[in-house]
Amino acid sequence: MSTESGPSTSSIPDTQDDARPGVSRRGGDPTASNPLHRLTPEQIEEIGEAFQKIHDEVRADLGDRDATYIRSIIEFHRRLTALSRIVLMASRYPPAWLLGTTGLSVAKILENMEIGHNVLHGQWDWMNDPQIHSSTWDWDTASTAASWKHSHNYIHHTFTNIVGKDKDVGYEFMRIDPKQPWEPFFLLQPLLNVLVMVAFEWGVAIHDLDLEAIRKGKKDKRQLRDELKGIAGKAVRQIAKDYVLFPALSGKHWKKTLKANFTANIVRNVWANAIIFCGHFPDQAYTFTEEEVADETRGGWYVRQLIGAANIEGSDTFHLMSGNLSYQVEHHLFPDMPSSRYKEIAPKVKAVCEQYGLPYNTGPFLQQWLMVQRSILRLAFPGGQERPKPGAYVAPPEPPRERPTVPGVAGPVPAFP
Amino acid sequence: MVEKAAAPRIPAVRRALLRAARALTTPLLPDDYIALLDPRWSTREATGTVVRARRETDEAVTLVVRPTHGWPGHRPGQYLRIGAEIDGIRHWRAYSITSDPEHPEGLVAVTVKEVEEGKMSPFFTRDCPPGTIVFLGAVEGEFALPQPLPPKALMISAGSGITPIFSMLRELERRDALQDVVHLHGTRTAEGFIFGGMLRDLAERHEGYRLHEQLSAQDGRLKTTHLDDLVPDWRERETFMSGPREMIDAFVEHWEGEGIADRLHTERFQPIIGDGSAEVGSGGTVRFRVTDKEATCESGVSILVGGEEAGATLPYGCRMGICHTCVGRLRVGRVRDLRSGEVHGEEGETIRTCVNAPEGHVEIEL
Repeated sequence: MSTESGPSTSSIPDTQDDARPGVSRRGGDPTASNPLHRLTPEQIEEIGEAFQKIHDEVRADLGDRDATYIRSIIEFHRRLTALSRIVLMASRYPPAWLLGTTGLSVAKILENMEIGHNVLHGQWDWMNDPQIHSSTWDWDTASTAASWKHSHNYIHHTFTNIVGKDKDVGYEFMRIDPKQPWEPFFLLQPLLNVLVMVAFEWGVAIHDLDLEAIRKGKKDKRQLRDELKGIAGKAVRQIAKDYVLFPALSGKHWKKTLKANFTANIVRNVWANAIIFCGHFPDQAYTFTEEEVADETRGGWYVRQLIGAANIEGSDTFHLMSGNLSYQVEHHLFPDMPSSRYKEIAPKVKAVCEQYGLPYNTGPFLQQWLMVQRSILRLAFPGGQERPKPGAYVAPPEPPRERPTVPGVAGPVPAFP
Repeated sequence: MVEKAAAPRIPAVRRALLRAARALTTPLLPDDYIALLDPRWSTREATGTVVRARRETDEAVTLVVRPTHGWPGHRPGQYLRIGAEIDGIRHWRAYSITSDPEHPEGLVAVTVKEVEEGKMSPFFTRDCPPGTIVFLGAVEGEFALPQPLPPKALMISAGSGITPIFSMLRELERRDALQDVVHLHGTRTAEGFIFGGMLRDLAERHEGYRLHEQLSAQDGRLKTTHLDDLVPDWRERETFMSGPREMIDAFVEHWEGEGIADRLHTERFQPIIGDGSAEVGSGGTVRFRVTDKEATCESGVSILVGGEEAGATLPYGCRMGICHTCVGRLRVGRVRDLRSGEVHGEEGETIRTCVNAPEGHVEIEL
């Protein structure tokens, strides 16, 4: 596989203190800035076991409740899509246009985020249902399921935030970490950033091709041809559906429907881009050099996932619309755990953080997003410093317990006795 | 890579219309939307509705199913993969088809004997009321009556191994071909004899059908040494046998010893599994069906590593059980999860080759 051909950008120097040996030999340096290096090998081992336990408990508990959840989301998505398409047949009336476009945007977001991304991760494979399975699923976006599973599930989720290995760090054309050397090309970054937002699905499709390998001539010709064919096939079907067939069904007001579909695709792209950039590129997230993660153990892998991702705080609806990738920390620890369980296990993850003095990266959506934008703008220019990282997680004090309002009665009084 | 039901048989016109409509539903299928109105209208997978569950003995139940789409047909002796969902997970098992291939109402039946520790058989025998939707796999199996029908036959069965034999006997009766059939059946008690009533009745009506019931609780199990007494001309008969593995092994050896192994047709229901006593398992052999390679995995070696060492080109990704790139469908045998030590795997299940080792002989579609 082309991605196995070695570190593609290994020329990136380690900008931290020089001559740092591998993490396994350095363990337990209490003055280290990176929490990974503060931990002793024994602690890392314990953390690995603690996270494995969380994983195994959920795995053993999966059942009807979870199956019902994903089925109802899938069903909701399909009903909403069908309904929106029907409403858009009357897209010449502005309220119908607005309603249909909103519905279609929401449907496309759900389809990509909570359904497609998570099904393709194999989160629902345990159901053994061929219709909700990573090996059979395809999604409403430009990249093919197969190439995305390789570039995302394998490359990104295995080499998370290792500069030079994880191609999601800057997607090979953006400088989002000061460890990446500056090139004049990055002056275009602010412009590219906007382009990537609106055309995100196409960016992802091209990213899957592994531009770096193509440029260096390391990509197998036949593989490249197959992948291009795959993308072209999907593109033709997507474009035919959204920009030819459904507009045609609206008759002479076809332009309105075309605009509606175009808008829905843009809305979905911008939203997906925002959620995904917020999950990895805010200032608090750590990146790693290849040397740092040499001889990594399972426990070390968990710690890297933990401090390399960042959560976004929000309501239940917000989490649903972000495909629960607002629980990016939990997702990176357990990429094949059903997304609906992330909220449940978050307190346990926090408890591990607190016990071992590790950060639990999180923040409100707007704050995270602005941080990402600030980095992208700043790092378009030479230099740049690593932003300060958060300290160890400390649980907020427990809210005072509500006292019974009726004197003499122990415990809360039920509202309808 | 996941185990699927069979493709239902639907008219060509409907299929063509569905294919055309895909342009509007891509990447989904029109069926995905049609199923919102009524799941049974979907043509993605063959399904059926349980219409009744007929109790045969204390432990065995015949499940009568009405297929949603047309039944492709079967030959007596063949088996059907049948799937159902238990606590959110779809499980599959194969059972011999015990219904008439030309059932007037187009119904299909399998007969299930409850295995106490089992997952599916207690569900099918206890919790599968009329109206339950089940998934129907393809009709499979080579165990069937030959053409032309043999003039002299010997049937040997034991326990729930009776099911394919029963189908064959009923077919022989229907085609008026029960001229000379001897049937030896091993059962613990006379009451536990699945289809016992019907077969005793058949023996009364047909002189050409002779039934011997070997009650193992009082007379011991059916053995090859019984053959000369019970069926002196057993060497001349076309023999069909279905039952526990040890029993079949013993009889196969006996037939081989006489040099007439080609006259013995057998159906085995239990795979050969390693004992799994050690923490990392016994290891085993893997046959990769697609790349057509064989590998041997020592104790604690994953299927992926063993396969690669044997020169097979296999899909792989993270090699730590997270990315689901390396999955293949298990066809034969069971595997051990190297992370938990747990031995698992059902026929048709997808498994991750990077974290599973074979436990005994395994065949996988990769």
